[in-house]
Amino acid sequence: MSLGLLGKKIGMSQIFDEDGRVVPVTLIEAGPCPILQKKEKSKDGYDALQIGFDPKPKRLTNKPEMGRFTKSNVSPVRYMREIRIQDVSKYEVGQVLDVEVFKKGEKVDVTGISKGRGFAGTVKRHHTSRGPESHGSMYHRGPGSMGGSADPSRVFKGKALPGHMGNARCTTLNLQVGKTDKEKNLLVLRGSVPGHMNSYLIIRKRPKVG
Amino acid sequence: MKKQVREFEAGMMKTEIPDFKSGDTIRVSVRIVEGEKERVQHFEGVCIRRRGGGMRETFTVRRESYGVGMERIFPMHSPRVESIEVLRKGKVRRSKLYYLRSLRGKRARIAELKETPGAKSLKQPPESTDETSQEPSPGE
Repeated sequence: MSLGLLGKKIGMSQIFDEDGRVVPVTLIEAGPCPILQKKEKSKDGYDALQIGFDPKPKRLTNKPEMGRFTKSNVSPVRYMREIRIQDVSKYEVGQVLDVEVFKKGEKVDVTGISKGRGFAGTVKRHHTSRGPESHGSMYHRGPGSMGGSADPSRVFKGKALPGHMGNARCTTLNLQVGKTDKEKNLLVLRGSVPGHMNSYLIIRKRPKVG
Repeated sequence: MKKQVREFEAGMMKTEIPDFKSGDTIRVSVRIVEGEKERVQHFEGVCIRRRGGGMRETFTVRRESYGVGMERIFPMHSPRVESIEVLRKGKVRRSKLYYLRSLRGKRARIAELKETPGAKSLKQPPESTDETSQEPSPGE
């Protein structure tokens, strides 16, 4: 329920903190994000800002899409998301949010699409332990026992099994803002964020607790 | 690496790093903070490895003191590393000198790399080739 931005993951690097220790950081191209629409409680049932990111040329925009951009008088963008906030009255449609909304030292949450791992076994997917490699062992990376026999005559729900892993929406909480650069639209966060390079991200301020 | 990452790192990287490589004997001045006080300590030894690029580059210095081998890994661009001084150029045939770990004393020596007059004359125009190739140094 607090302000945020859309961005794109650039990559990772490292910095030295005041004590000279190495800190891993993620570089994010955050904003500029034009406000496309305001959602209000009286009209829509909730308060939110619809913001866009990553401009795209008009020739790639089809007519129905173009209609919504002309309505809010904003040039076309590739990525659009809603950010739920408490009070929309401070913001206007067409206003552009930039990386300055975040301050150094502030905590943020970052949502993205995690890297896809394909069909993964239980060792990788659920961190189960593996079997012995040799000495006649014929059980290496299997999923283990499925459970009982005649009783209960079924596999319990939630049993760790192989399946598709990654490529899912995922949020990293509590990342500290290391630096912002308005000219380059650069947001530097301590730690890592989900997704591969150039993947879209939603960066939100931490909701106030209590 | 992406351009934006390089630009980000370029601003923080040191510009004055002496030209040294594995096999060289170097002296690293390390800033040490003890509570309020700050002092500079020197670590002298043979550089046995340089790895990584850009902001991530590190190097390893090995020395033997009181019969005990000691290695320290320094991030090249760390603000704690105040200066690096090359004391002696070493002549080695590989970039990672891990074999020094199993050698001690005289066997762990590294020959000094000298500017050979023969090699030099190849680069220079063959103007005074006869003189330089016959007499390596005037002192001999």
